Amino acid sequence: MSSDFVIVLTAIFVSTASALLGSFLVLRRMALMADAISHAVLPGIVLAFWVSGGERATAPALLGAAAAGLLTVTLVEWLTRTGRIKNDAAIGLVFPALFSLGVLAVSLYFRNVHLDLDAVLYGEIAYAPFNTLEAFGLNLGPESLWIMGGLTLVNLLFVLLFYKELKLSTFDAGLAAALGFLPAVLHYALMSLVSLTAVGAFQSVGAILIVAFLIIPPATAYLLTQRLPVMIALAVLVGAVSSVLGYVLAILLDASIAGMMATVAGLLFGLAWLFSPVGGVLTARNRRERQRREFAARLLLAHLAHHDRPVPAREVLEEFGWSPAFLAQAQQWAQREGLLAGDPNGLRLTARGAALAGERP
Amino acid sequence: MIKSSINEQASALPRRAAPLEVRDLTVAYHEKPVLWDVDLSIPEGQLCAIVGPNGAGKSTLIKAVLGLIPKASGTVQFFGQPLEAARRRIGYVPQRSSVDWDFPTNALDVVLMGLYGRLGWFRRPGKAEREAAMHALEQVGLTAFAHRQIAQLSGGQQQRVFLARALAQASDLYFMDEPFAGVDAVTEAAILQVMRELKKQGKTVVVVHHDLETVRDYFDHLTLLNVQVIASGPLEQTFTPENLKATYGERMSVGVGR
Ligand SMILES: Nc1ncnc2c1ncn2[C@@H]1O[C@H](COP(=O)(O)OP(=O)(O)OP(=O)(O)O)[C@@H](O)[C@H]1O
Ligand SMILES: [Mg+2]
Repeated sequence: MSSDFVIVLTAIFVSTASALLGSFLVLRRMALMADAISHAVLPGIVLAFWVSGGERATAPALLGAAAAGLLTVTLVEWLTRTGRIKNDAAIGLVFPALFSLGVLAVSLYFRNVHLDLDAVLYGEIAYAPFNTLEAFGLNLGPESLWIMGGLTLVNLLFVLLFYKELKLSTFDAGLAAALGFLPAVLHYALMSLVSLTAVGAFQSVGAILIVAFLIIPPATAYLLTQRLPVMIALAVLVGAVSSVLGYVLAILLDASIAGMMATVAGLLFGLAWLFSPVGGVLTARNRRERQRREFAARLLLAHLAHHDRPVPAREVLEEFGWSPAFLAQAQQWAQREGLLAGDPNGLRLTARGAALAGERP
Repeated sequence: MIKSSINEQASALPRRAAPLEVRDLTVAYHEKPVLWDVDLSIPEGQLCAIVGPNGAGKSTLIKAVLGLIPKASGTVQFFGQPLEAARRRIGYVPQRSSVDWDFPTNALDVVLMGLYGRLGWFRRPGKAEREAAMHALEQVGLTAFAHRQIAQLSGGQQQRVFLARALAQASDLYFMDEPFAGVDAVTEAAILQVMRELKKQGKTVVVVHHDLETVRDYFDHLTLLNVQVIASGPLEQTFTPENLKATYGERMSVGVGR
């Protein structure tokens, strides 16, 4: 397997695993929780390294991280439930505390171990092809592929199996509970998988890119559609495109791979924000302007319908208090629609325009 | 046939279990109790109002009996059974503000959620469920809006979607938290129509209500609540100036003796 292929495939696995769960995080307004979990897993990993004697050990690290992730969620819920502080403040309290605990532990006990902080934050996806998994004396290929492939599969199964239950408890946890669907259990299951995914991706892509992949593709997809299944599919797609494009650009520009992937995802979000057919900022503005023009044109038609002679533009400007530019726009639109005649003596309706003006809007 | 024979037997039986029977219910969010020693018995087949000032604990009462928030003490029975056994027979219309209407889904899909309980875990809604949901939407006059994104519905339409969802549940006992809040006269009439239809089918409807002017016209049974139950019973006996004064304090004297 070429190393390019391994890196890109690893990234696609990470982004897919993240997008599947991230879609529900975004809809639950828990984006901040993704941030919290992906940082707070650090002490769990450190503890697991310590327990396993400082060797590279993936299984204990995964378990430790999942435990730390759950600890974060539990602490945040508990703090929120005391009613003294809000949810976002509770997250802001818990995760720096846990993360700094992890950082302290790393700097105190693991100076010589290959857990270094840069790798924690930014990851080293470029090394993905070289950490190979060996079992029974066989070389099974890159470890990151196995871990992330497995996590992608688990997350996919989770979302497919519990799609209906996840949707209901995300939209209306009250009804989910009333119907006996255990939304709290689903919540912790979701958070456990986020923790597992975060730590699985940790070694290869680092905490920053995990957060980016958990939040940005789903947030982008949310802007593009109003249907949940489409949103999830689009989130996966945006993640995959960010992975591929990010890698290509990083090679071309000789930049950080993880950084470039996050940047591409951010750019895609920006594009969706501006141009989304559903709620894009520019799309909405264009639509508003078009509506304004059409409305103005209708006013103009109604006004002209009362006159048998061509009406000079000056008169119209006085009547409605429009700027000449605005009148020109309305005029242009009406002419293009064949409602206004191009009369040098002023503004005059065509037969179609007169018919339209006569009819109630 | 079966139903009528049960009804005949009912008089012979000691007493048929009420749809909702609450004993000594106390609920506290923090130290201070929000509901204190509530006893309540809701009669079958009636439209029942729960009335009280803001913060009286009306929503809390509904959430506590449905097991959505923990009880400090007390017992709740539905049709003589604990909540777990009676879940399928209970429908719930929460306050409209309790969900995020920007969720990417349409009206039909929200109504379908009412049928999830019947489906249980893992099974997905199919054609039969979709037809039941469409029928529920028809009952609230929203057929044309089935595929409309829920954010693009008006407040009154959203309220009716919630109502349709409860109808789709085909329950025997309904809880509605302020279904008339912020809706216009037409929607109010439509919701009332549905409630009366439910009553005609022998269902029991418990409604948190705020408008004292309409209590007399809409309901058969009234519970006045302000942390404690001030009064609970048939409307004629409970809808009195003294009870309202005890519920709302001295300044209240609305529309009782008209
Ligand atoms: N999640 C909560 N945490 C803490 N206190 C709460 C919570 N929900 C409600 N309360 C408090 O419990 C009391 C009763 O609230 P509840 O929502 O049951 O009132 P209500 O009768 O439904 O009022 P409204 O007419 O305004 O809907 C209020 O004082 C409220 O502040
Ligand atoms: Mg309330």
